[in-house]
Amino acid sequence: MLGIDDPYVLMAYLGAVSMAVIGIIYGLVRRNAARDEVTPEDRLWALDEKKVDDDF
Amino acid sequence: MTGHSSVGWVDIVVILAYLFATGYLGWLGYRGTRSAADFLVGGRSAHPIIMAVSYGATFISTAAIVGFGGVAGLFGMSLLWLTVLNIGFGILIAFIFLGEPTRRLGHHLGAHTFPELLGRRYQSRGIQIFAGALIFLFMPLYAAAVMTGGSIFAATQFGIDFEVALLIFALITAAYVIPGGIKAVMYTDTLQGFVMVFAMIFLLIFTYMSLGGITEAHQTLTDMADMVPAPLAQMGHQGWTAMPAFGWGAPTYDLWWTVITALVLGVGIGVLAQPQLVVRFMTVRSRRELDRAVPIGAVFILLMVGTPFVVGSLSNAWFAQNGPLLQGKVVEVIDAEKDRALVELMQQGESGAWTAILNPKTQAPVRAPMIIGERTSAQDGDGATFELVAGRSIAATYTKGDADKIIPAFIMAAMPHWFGVIFFLALLAAAMSTMSSQFHTIGTAAGRDLYERISDKGHQREPSILVMRLAIMIGLIIAVTISYTVRQEYVIARFTAIFFGLCAASFLPAYIGGLVSKRVTRAGALASMTVGMSVSLFWLAFIKAREASAIGLVQLVTDGKTSLLADYPNWPSVDPIIIALPASLLTLILVSAVTRPPDKAHLRRCFPD
Repeated sequence: MLGIDDPYVLMAYLGAVSMAVIGIIYGLVRRNAARDEVTPEDRLWALDEKKVDDDF
Repeated sequence: MTGHSSVGWVDIVVILAYLFATGYLGWLGYRGTRSAADFLVGGRSAHPIIMAVSYGATFISTAAIVGFGGVAGLFGMSLLWLTVLNIGFGILIAFIFLGEPTRRLGHHLGAHTFPELLGRRYQSRGIQIFAGALIFLFMPLYAAAVMTGGSIFAATQFGIDFEVALLIFALITAAYVIPGGIKAVMYTDTLQGFVMVFAMIFLLIFTYMSLGGITEAHQTLTDMADMVPAPLAQMGHQGWTAMPAFGWGAPTYDLWWTVITALVLGVGIGVLAQPQLVVRFMTVRSRRELDRAVPIGAVFILLMVGTPFVVGSLSNAWFAQNGPLLQGKVVEVIDAEKDRALVELMQQGESGAWTAILNPKTQAPVRAPMIIGERTSAQDGDGATFELVAGRSIAATYTKGDADKIIPAFIMAAMPHWFGVIFFLALLAAAMSTMSSQFHTIGTAAGRDLYERISDKGHQREPSILVMRLAIMIGLIIAVTISYTVRQEYVIARFTAIFFGLCAASFLPAYIGGLVSKRVTRAGALASMTVGMSVSLFWLAFIKAREASAIGLVQLVTDGKTSLLADYPNWPSVDPIIIALPASLLTLILVSAVTRPPDKAHLRRCFPD
């Protein structure tokens, strides 16, 4: 199949493409599934990170 | 080498235009919203494409494209298993299972670096210092791999010496990372990511088209299995579309253990514990943003690592069909019907006589598998008449066996010159986006995790910017020195594999254990990290023949052997990760089981939900 006789290499070739397809399906299915909120703790963390970055 | 290499004024203008565009985007970024943290501060979200491509551009470097692509040119498509693991572990498992717990734990504990995350999770200054030191000491090895990859390509493409290319590359890197490019400027990363995507799509399509389509190209390569050079066949190479021979206890299985344990597992699993990638999760706004980045990330990695592995392998078919003609004398017929033979390569001297080309290291005549196209009569140096054959060979013949040069040689020989410049920009982009993160990590490891922790005995201090900048300079100098001095077989892929494997064995159990288990203890984590690192370094210095022989200690204790297990086939090819990672995991479990659990108040802080 596809000019590749070794089943394990063929599996890797198709497996790599399949992994990407799984990623696409996952992203589409979960697109809005999780909560999307920034907590005060998140903001505090980002301010601290920004401070270090700016100093740098 | 093949083709015509030169650097014209158009090339210089295109490269400068790209560098200015990158600089301009960076400058625009500084004026407004620029880093992931800025997005988070503003309560907004970076577009998932920007987040994913920026992550991918940090993940993928010249090491993957030139180094591992070249290894695929040598060993074949079995390396595609690394693509499977890169997407499976590096994107799916990392984003879906580790991303959110890392983000939450980092924010709960106020951690900003990977060592700080571990140190605060386990309430241990020692763990933070340990992790910071390991990163500071060994990250330059990985940076050297990235730098070597870019420099080899530039040297090949523009016909300049490797040393000159390395110097230019180092100067561009210094100009990029020292004044501020070290910040995760997401738009710049994204521009770099898009250049990489364009280059890889074009490269993949062009290669398949030039070989008659997907199936035709693969079939041509499959039919070339009898042209595998003898030294590789003796290690278990069975063709470029076949897995290496699998088994244990004979040298004919060495290649399987090298490809699968060092290159596929070492790098494939090691990506989960890459400090510069783990911290990216903490800058993400929410779980939803992580979920949305998965598809883009998966496709990006497929293109970035799948393409060079496929193209690297197929370069053998391309050179065998279209490569420059080589001449020589038949030494052994491989297949009379297909007119394939093992040929002693020859060159014509000024007198018109043909003499053997000698290997500069061994002074032995160079032999290569060849598909013969022409046969003529010629005279050798002694005036004797012989049959001179002309034909084409596999990729490694044209690069004198140097895997690191296979992708550059293929691009230069097979692709239009303008694409070589675009590809160089893609490599520059891949290198810069990765190196900015590498040197940022080196800087924070030295300043925040080492200097502050050691000098202030655990109390918070303002980060020492001077130490960070100094560490970046030192890291850069070390990386350039390593690139300059170490030029061995597929060194780019090996350096990358060493660093990834070391990170996996030292950090992975403690990192994942800290995310998912409340029972893992400080002593367990520290013991696990110590065992993982010690076993890895011991294995590299005394067991794994290729690395051990380069380090040189093993020869001193074994009277010249390249491994303590040199008399036991396959052991010297096994990667440290196979021993060190299970040892590290077992240590984590056992030591945690017999030591006092962490206090409940701290665990409530780590896992408030």
